[in-house]
Amino acid sequence: MSAHRTDDAPSADPGRREFCRRTAAVGGGLVLALTLPALADRTPSRARAGGGQLNAWLKIAADDSVTILVDRSEMGQGVYTALPTLLAEELEIDLAQIKVIAAPVGDAYVNALNGGQITGTSNSVQDAWERLRTAGATARVMLIAAAAQVWRVDPSECRAKNGRISNAHGKSLSYGQLAEAAAKMPVPKQVKLKPREEFRLIGTSLPRLDTAGKVDGSAEFGLDVKLPGMLYASIAQCPFLGGKALSVDAAAAQASPGVRRVLPTASGVVVVADHFWQALKARRALKITWDPGANARLDNAAVWATLKKTAGANAGLPARKEGDAAAALKSAQRTVEAVYELPLLAHAPMEPMNCTADVKADRCDLYVGTQVQQMAQAAAAAAAGLPPERVNVYTTLLGGGFGRRLDVDFIPAAVEASKAMGAPVKLIWTREDDMTHDTFRPPALEEISGGIDSAGRLIAWKLHITSPSITARFDPTSKDPFDSVVEYALNYPYGVPNIALTYSRQEIGIDVGYMRSVSHAPNCFVIESFMDELAAAASKDPLEFRLGLLAAKPRHARVLKEAAQRAGWGHAPPGRFLGLALMEGYTTHLAQVAEISLEGGALKVHKITCVVDCGQMVNPRIVESQIESGIVFGLTAALWGEITIRAGQVQQTNFNSYRMLRSNELPELDVHLITSGETPGGIGEPAVALVAPAVCNAIFAATGKRLRSLPISAHGLA
Amino acid sequence: MTFITINNQQLNVDAAPDTPLLWVLRDHLAMTGTKFGCGMALCGACTVHVDGVAMRSCVLPLKAVAGKSVTTIEGLSHGRSHPVQRAWIELDVPQCGYCQSGQIMTAAALLRSNPTPSDADIDAAMAGNICRCGTYNRIRRAIHRAAELSTPDSQS
Repeated sequence: MSAHRTDDAPSADPGRREFCRRTAAVGGGLVLALTLPALADRTPSRARAGGGQLNAWLKIAADDSVTILVDRSEMGQGVYTALPTLLAEELEIDLAQIKVIAAPVGDAYVNALNGGQITGTSNSVQDAWERLRTAGATARVMLIAAAAQVWRVDPSECRAKNGRISNAHGKSLSYGQLAEAAAKMPVPKQVKLKPREEFRLIGTSLPRLDTAGKVDGSAEFGLDVKLPGMLYASIAQCPFLGGKALSVDAAAAQASPGVRRVLPTASGVVVVADHFWQALKARRALKITWDPGANARLDNAAVWATLKKTAGANAGLPARKEGDAAAALKSAQRTVEAVYELPLLAHAPMEPMNCTADVKADRCDLYVGTQVQQMAQAAAAAAAGLPPERVNVYTTLLGGGFGRRLDVDFIPAAVEASKAMGAPVKLIWTREDDMTHDTFRPPALEEISGGIDSAGRLIAWKLHITSPSITARFDPTSKDPFDSVVEYALNYPYGVPNIALTYSRQEIGIDVGYMRSVSHAPNCFVIESFMDELAAAASKDPLEFRLGLLAAKPRHARVLKEAAQRAGWGHAPPGRFLGLALMEGYTTHLAQVAEISLEGGALKVHKITCVVDCGQMVNPRIVESQIESGIVFGLTAALWGEITIRAGQVQQTNFNSYRMLRSNELPELDVHLITSGETPGGIGEPAVALVAPAVCNAIFAATGKRLRSLPISAHGLA
Repeated sequence: MTFITINNQQLNVDAAPDTPLLWVLRDHLAMTGTKFGCGMALCGACTVHVDGVAMRSCVLPLKAVAGKSVTTIEGLSHGRSHPVQRAWIELDVPQCGYCQSGQIMTAAALLRSNPTPSDADIDAAMAGNICRCGTYNRIRRAIHRAAELSTPDSQS
């Protein structure tokens, strides 16, 4: 699993050309390249479809090797295993037989649910579910047709199994032997997919295909790319967010050993050297006068004042409206109002941002860990002064994505440097660069209120979110009330007759972006914390209160009940306290219960119980790992996560000031996965969102103190 | 020139003596299994063994390892045969995988000094290695499994 290179000249269809080149290199065999006709249009109306075809390409070589191009980026979530599993299921081959390579940029690889070649929104399996099974089945039908022709029998007499076609008369040919003939067979218009009962791979915990390279150091991440004649670069970006360099005294840096060039770029001052350490040392010798720009006086107080001012002056754009929440709140016997605040967060993937660019006269080769191949291509093309089709994007493994690699801000400087040097350049951000120049999870101010009638029923629910737009990162003109920062609140699951959800967009002058569990983490914290506030106001048990509002939501109710039961709801051990949270997000239903103690005022999270119904699982062991992963990510943010700004500069710079959960701080994890045949739901993101409300609800159970902002450490508890 | 032994190979390295071992391995010797995470010995992604002891190569200047024997993830075993690697494969520990070289090297050093670590021993030994994907639960189980695999009589 590594980036593959080419010296071929680009063609009109670089994706196809690259595929053919790569597959030719795999075994010199024959290619069965499938271009499938469009399936029914599943593109949501709000998405911008990038191409009319849903394609899958695979190669079956004469040596029986099977290669598939995976068009989603592997960042730990398991797509390099789960997506081939879908194809292998129908192709009737073992998963271990498959070699995976990363797909190039191509319209064929557009994620129909995201409207672009995007790995995000936890929907890779959902998007591929029909497409890759259909690809596998199509190939199988064509192989059978080829065999039937060889044997002069009806295809119905042939069957596929373990990479071979056999017939009732004892004849058998391998896929590799049939591949050339199969490629000439007509592509069937329709194929029949297996019913769930016949799955032999889907739903089983097969070993990941990417593990071997990740335990011996051979897995290739962006940081590991090496090209002949490659130079290394470090970049000094303006420490004031949004500022720029006024003047640069590069004399000392230029005289530093190994330095080839000091290069001003649109992103910052780049130092290019023979080795990275030389570039970094020389960069530290740069004397730069910065223009702080518009954010010279920006700090957290200013951010929150801005959000509060807008929240107070606007009702917001309506995103969801049922009944008349305002009237119902007036008529309610009891109303509860609260204001919640969510901090800025940094993604902090373990692999800092980096990019290797090789700009030649007529093209640019880009080696990068990205979640957005098309945007990476466009960014590189603009920086290189080339048309996009002249940029080849080689996606490496990603050393964590978490949404950070949905941005391409770290790409242009590498391209500019390579172009200037006439050589490949690998630009590496330091941890400090990465943390201080993130596209941060935006802050949000959430005003929420609820009305309870004389019978203790919740009759009104109102939420007004004020936050910078996340959607604007991709679409700067967005005026959409369904902003990516709002999304999860639309799913508010409880049966309340009067609902009002509104959004006010308020920018704060710095770049914000998508972070794992994008709207779910902030909004689930608010919604599920406030459900406990409402339960307390109605003098009801938080579990009973929720269940009473879930009559129409059986999948919600089931995971909630099971989580409560597993965690011993109502029977917490002495000194321990429980809090729960519920969510449906990314088409996955899940509930969590946190078990905590507060000894001497110090919070200890002892256990997190999580019950998950994500529909049909492709690989339960990967699902389990992603749920555990989400819990750790969510707990880290809940306990300590906060980016603060002072005088326009980010105060957190490395893991000593932006704390990560460590192995000795891991609570006991009880993850229970429900077997289901429902549509596959996402698993990469949802578990993140429930941790903060579950833990804060447990803190309330222990102390009666309601935490309406994060992180918990800011309240002196963690 | 600095003389060092890396994965049992004796080498003369032409790099400035203050160059961190991490970048010597990665840029000069093309051994990219050892990762850059923080540059301040805070995350453990760059962990290697120096004379058998787990150390952070990102803050270890080349001159400090002159004449010493360094083992990196590439040299831990042939064919991923080290018990820690076998256990990691058996339990499918890695997610993104970026920190795992460091995790494995730390775990291997732990098992050398403590062949049957308790959960608390594991937590203490592994606390310096951050995994942003949160693979800690499987790492703990895999270290116990590696301890079993290291015992000649109980390989199943």
